[in-house]
Amino acid sequence: MSTTAVPDVAVAPVDEGFWTRTRKTGAVLLALGVLAAVLFGALATGQQARFTLSETEGGAALEINGTVGAILFGVIAAAAGAALLAGVPKRWFTLTLGVGLVAFVLSFLCWQVSAAPEGRNFMPLVNIVRGTFILALPLIFGALAGVLCERTGVVNVAIEGQLLMGAFSGALFGSISGSVWVGLVAAAIGGAFISLLLAVFAIRYLVDQVVMGIVLNLLAVGVTGFLYERLMQTDAQKYNSAPRFGNWEIPLLKDIPVIGPALFRGNIFLYLGLLLVLVIHIALFRTRWGLRTRSVGEHPTAADTVGVKVLGLRYRNVIMAGMVAGIGGASYTLALYSFTKNMIGGKGFIALAALIFGRWSPTGALLAALFFGFADQLATYLGAIGSSIPSQFLAMLPYLATILAVAGLVGRVRAPAADGKPYIKG
Amino acid sequence: MSSPNPVSGSPDKEPATEAQAAQNAVGNTDRAATATAPKQPEPEPRPSLGRLFLDNLWAANTVTVTVLAVLLAMLVGAVLIIVSDPEVLATYGYITARPADAINSSWTVVSEAYANLFKGAIFDPDASGFQAAMGPISETLTYTAPLAFTGLSVALAFRGGLFNIGAQGQATIGVILAAIAGFALPLPPVVHLLVALIAGAAGGALWGFVPGILKARTGAHEVINTIMLNYVAVYFLSWIIVQNGVQNPNRSDAISKPVDASAQLPRLLGDNLRVHAGILLAVLVTWFVAWLLNRSTLGFELRAVGANPDAARTAGISVTRTYVLIMVVSGLLAGLGGANMVLGSTANALTPLVIAQIGFDGILVALLGRVKPWGVLLAALLFGALQAGGNRMQSYSGISLELVTVLQALIVIFIAAPALVKAIFQLRAARAARLQTSLAKGW
Repeated sequence: MSTTAVPDVAVAPVDEGFWTRTRKTGAVLLALGVLAAVLFGALATGQQARFTLSETEGGAALEINGTVGAILFGVIAAAAGAALLAGVPKRWFTLTLGVGLVAFVLSFLCWQVSAAPEGRNFMPLVNIVRGTFILALPLIFGALAGVLCERTGVVNVAIEGQLLMGAFSGALFGSISGSVWVGLVAAAIGGAFISLLLAVFAIRYLVDQVVMGIVLNLLAVGVTGFLYERLMQTDAQKYNSAPRFGNWEIPLLKDIPVIGPALFRGNIFLYLGLLLVLVIHIALFRTRWGLRTRSVGEHPTAADTVGVKVLGLRYRNVIMAGMVAGIGGASYTLALYSFTKNMIGGKGFIALAALIFGRWSPTGALLAALFFGFADQLATYLGAIGSSIPSQFLAMLPYLATILAVAGLVGRVRAPAADGKPYIKG
Repeated sequence: MSSPNPVSGSPDKEPATEAQAAQNAVGNTDRAATATAPKQPEPEPRPSLGRLFLDNLWAANTVTVTVLAVLLAMLVGAVLIIVSDPEVLATYGYITARPADAINSSWTVVSEAYANLFKGAIFDPDASGFQAAMGPISETLTYTAPLAFTGLSVALAFRGGLFNIGAQGQATIGVILAAIAGFALPLPPVVHLLVALIAGAAGGALWGFVPGILKARTGAHEVINTIMLNYVAVYFLSWIIVQNGVQNPNRSDAISKPVDASAQLPRLLGDNLRVHAGILLAVLVTWFVAWLLNRSTLGFELRAVGANPDAARTAGISVTRTYVLIMVVSGLLAGLGGANMVLGSTANALTPLVIAQIGFDGILVALLGRVKPWGVLLAALLFGALQAGGNRMQSYSGISLELVTVLQALIVIFIAAPALVKAIFQLRAARAARLQTSLAKGW
């Protein structure tokens, strides 16, 4: 209790004796594996658990006896944990941990699928993968918006508002003009508008950035809700019937089993989202702009000293972030549903969680978003097969995972050093 | 764009640093009450008293900035009302030919909306009889009570250097425990109410303790953890409502059993007016928080930690203990606010939306109240009035209640950036450092 941990002081994880981070992780994984093998194995039935490679029950499938599968995968998870505990070379850490966690999830699935009533004891993998990506899509855009903002030193709690404003203006202007492309541009501008407010107040008027983000979220909820009730509800035909992007099939790639139908028959937003992850990753770590952005986020004074225009770069990046999030919002209204009040419903905050869980990097954010999307999809699936696990607890998973990550129980996450601190020249 | 503050030129334009702002907050605590009225200048021979008074009024003090922020927000709100009304908008199509049409119709729709806002919140001149006359005030006070609790919760944490975004989640856990205590325990009237209130406070305190201990032990930032815990609480609420023993057996939708009459806060002005004892409790708690902050040892330690944790530690204050205590007390207050929502007259059973937005609104209330207890109470009163008036505006003028959310957010945006309001109105610079609201740090 005597050691005080203040957020600014990043304690370097030096030699911690026997219980290094790897060993702690291993111990937890070992316990999880044993739990899975014993508990899930006992609860699973002898029924076959089928993982079909299609959208329906039919077709090719991977099959395993429920009890055998639950125990087998539990043992694999425990073995991975034991390996970490015994001490594996550092470069194998991520791989071993990954194998262990996947095995744990598989053990869980074997139990759940085999315990489902006869006729529903199958899991259509295409649906699961596709659903995961669809649910992860707004999170990917939102988390990328967060990466752009926070890497440059501006905390972006307003992701929710940017997504919402993007969804709204995409629907509104898409409906009025009758063109998806106008809607897409309008969505980007809508998101950028919220971003611009964030930038002006945070950078020029030095308002606390978290405060500003929270207030902007409420403003976006209010403005879109108000205009929705006044315009869209009175004349939905005119104001809330935006055209939608169709699915684009990519030849050859679409024929890959499972991945093909799920990933390469998607709409423009899916491709755009994945492309943006790649582009932002390369831009951030391989270009001059990226180096400057990161240096402004870590040490603006030093960046200023060598001639980087700190405030200008921050303005640019924050507004770009808003455009990305705005397009993410349009992935709802220009592809799936018509606009409804507060339709983002907290996805912006899960995106924030994905950003933090993904350690402020584009690829990390992608993986975290996919993980959260999978949890979401799994909740839907388990509900459909009548599982005993309440869907609310699966829905909590992203938030709990983030708390554990931030508390340093699962590795250490560290924000850019100057994140949230306004830069005052001179 | 070369300078963060192009309008600078006077000392106050210089952004106050965290330490300055915090110290300033410490120095100003005993003036919390005086911030609500412009200070009367001392009579001096040369400049006339009236002149001084006007100067002081136009100087950027908290009251002037607040009033102007409200005016600006209503102006933006008026623009929103106009652009969202197709009939009024149509008159702008021929504004060059007949400008009077556009102006008249805009004025009619806006003035009618705001007149209803006023009538719903404060006083309706057409009302006859005691009940009708007191109706608006009763509604305003009903909405004020929970906001005062959550506002105090956020403000208290702010003063200790913590940003509690989790008032929403703490209020959610508070409302769950208060409601369950309210319908599950067979207790006599007064005791039952007390137990239910304590249960609500305990729930909030528990939900505040988690980010507090995580911050103290691991340094995990409370902003992130409280945001995440908000959602955990929401899902927990939606789960517990549909459990056996909690869900109302006569209903198939997600609603709990109603709270017993013995656990409900008594109504103050008869059964037809909704105002209940929650508002008295809010005033009492405001007084207590003011005492706690300004007169108690804990309050001193809290402000010291908020101003400078390193200095506080050097002076022998346990920063970790203080962080935990701040979050526990802050959560306790938010939990009481949540309990208000189900023990008062707003609702008597748990539903997924039972606490509405009181946690997030509490953040706005705390900022508007300049994180001082009595200021928070006044800010809660203003927000309560907006909420009550918004209901009437919706039913009488057909203006969506969402406009109130817009107004509240805009007011706080203008409050949070006093430099902006000053620039717009060319206010004289005075005591502006006191207007600085930001106390939180980045991640």
